[in-house]
Amino acid sequence: MTTQAPSKRAYLKPPVTEVGVLGWLRSNLFNTWYNSLLTIFVIALLAWLLPPLIRWGFIDSLWNSSAEACRETDGACWSVIPNNIRFIIFGFFPSGQEWRPTLAMVLLIGMVIYSRDRSRWKRSLLVLWAINLVVMGVLMHGGIFGMPSVDTAQWSGLPLTLMLSFFGMVAAYPFGVLLALGRRSDLPAIKTLCVIYIEMIRGVPLISLLFMSSVMFPLFLPEGVTIDKVLRAQIAIILFTAAYIAEVVRGGLQAIPKGQYEAADSLGLNYRQSMRLIILPQALKIVIPPTVGILLSAFKDTSLVVIIALYDVLKTTKVALSNPLWTGYSTEAYIFLALLYFVFCYAMSSYSRKLEKELHTEH
Amino acid sequence: MTTSPADQTSLEQVAPIVEIRAMHKWYGDFHVLSDINLTVQSGERIVICGPSGSGKSTLIRCINRLEEHQRGQIIVNGIELTKDIKNIEKIRTEVGMVFQHFNLFPHLTILENLTLGPIWVRKTPRKEAEEIALQYLDKVHIAEQARKYPGQLSGGQQQRVAIARSLCMNPKLMLFDEPTSALDPEMIKEVLDVMIDLAKEGMTMIVVTHEMGFAKSVADRVMFMDYGEIVEQNKPQEFFDNPQHERTKLFLSQIL
Repeated sequence: MTTQAPSKRAYLKPPVTEVGVLGWLRSNLFNTWYNSLLTIFVIALLAWLLPPLIRWGFIDSLWNSSAEACRETDGACWSVIPNNIRFIIFGFFPSGQEWRPTLAMVLLIGMVIYSRDRSRWKRSLLVLWAINLVVMGVLMHGGIFGMPSVDTAQWSGLPLTLMLSFFGMVAAYPFGVLLALGRRSDLPAIKTLCVIYIEMIRGVPLISLLFMSSVMFPLFLPEGVTIDKVLRAQIAIILFTAAYIAEVVRGGLQAIPKGQYEAADSLGLNYRQSMRLIILPQALKIVIPPTVGILLSAFKDTSLVVIIALYDVLKTTKVALSNPLWTGYSTEAYIFLALLYFVFCYAMSSYSRKLEKELHTEH
Repeated sequence: MTTSPADQTSLEQVAPIVEIRAMHKWYGDFHVLSDINLTVQSGERIVICGPSGSGKSTLIRCINRLEEHQRGQIIVNGIELTKDIKNIEKIRTEVGMVFQHFNLFPHLTILENLTLGPIWVRKTPRKEAEEIALQYLDKVHIAEQARKYPGQLSGGQQQRVAIARSLCMNPKLMLFDEPTSALDPEMIKEVLDVMIDLAKEGMTMIVVTHEMGFAKSVADRVMFMDYGEIVEQNKPQEFFDNPQHERTKLFLSQIL
């Protein structure tokens, strides 16, 4: 306790060099001699690199021209994107029907955005999702309401990427959690099964799983039975991602103090209740950062389905670039694609940060 | 079963709430509890003391099967503890436990901590469970904190919440495992006061503690454990004034 009256003492302003722009520069960029040196070096580097880059990307660039016009300029030919956008986004989806995958994607992204708010996580939201999934399926597949049927082999581009990654993540997450619980189970059979599964899947690359799902798996099916290729790829992605999620979640389960299990037990909660109400909410919260890491790489790894001749958005871009008119503009096309991936990944990671903040209760 | 409901109630009144017969427990090769015999009647308050490592915590943790015993019998509220998980859950529902480190659920508010058991185990409607929870929070003098999270409370407050959480289940027996050992000295009294109130209301309690003042004022029986055995038990007056065993005398001389 200070006995001095606050008014008696003079409140001085901090020295100018400590606050404001000058203070910030001083403490962040020029606080030591080597930091000062580094700052000057970086500024020089930027001064050398940025102007030509801006010149290439924005000043000398063409945004919506023909391929011929592009040959005349030194700048970027962004025209490659608008000229090929239909194929990059929709791939082999029948022309004239593009509104269907567009609407399906809008519904999917719209539902994801709507579901961001935790106060909406109720049973009614599940119903809404179910309805939307059916609508999306109908839109993509067609065959009724006068929409021509579109075979899954023709599903490609961005809708395929989004679909494979979205359902991959949504199905892999609960499956991974179950595997993690199974690996910690007291029942030896379940435990062994889960360990074998997790270690086997983690021991092989996703490409080999996709390859097996596409080439080997059909050999084991009885005559006449076929399982859709997209579905097989989807299942391979789910199985693969779940094994990684399982190990991350297991880490979270181990981080929960024994006292939490005991407190839940001593209230008379059964196993399912104590997992669902006490242990998992805490464990899953702890592992949000690594889980999001896995989901992000799962999202990007969907581009590997190219190995089994599915045309995701990366592959459709490559195909578009194989047109002699547009070869040589791959830099522009891939920058566009990188931005596209970035938007989705950034949205995911920023949401995870928001979720972490909301769930933070340990003050 | 042919006994009428009236007979059953009269039986319950006579039958002890806890009966432990010739119970042994090992941790691996280590014989942590040896030949424990203990009968606790409904309404009795028992304080267990003893040096650390004497097995006193292990003993009360056996009563709600947080620890498994390997030999002998433990009968709680008329049900024998075996591997049968349904029976274990039934017993745990009737036996409240307060831990040294509180073990509140950090992701739930105080109110949610209290209503969780009643809602999910006792199937009490949420509104009713919340009313009861607020009553108990009031009783432990902490009603104004209902919407906060455990991390925002002091240790003493957290322990009182933990007591209220157990009380919300309307238990027939309360186990206290060193409830004040993790608290700062100035907070011990607020927790002990709550426990004394509880004892006065006739709650059956088994308390592992080193708070000898508490033992003197509320216990019906004080029990001294050492090396996994019950060395001596007596009424508090006799226990403290006239200990029989050398080991008890030594222990009392060290802590009093």
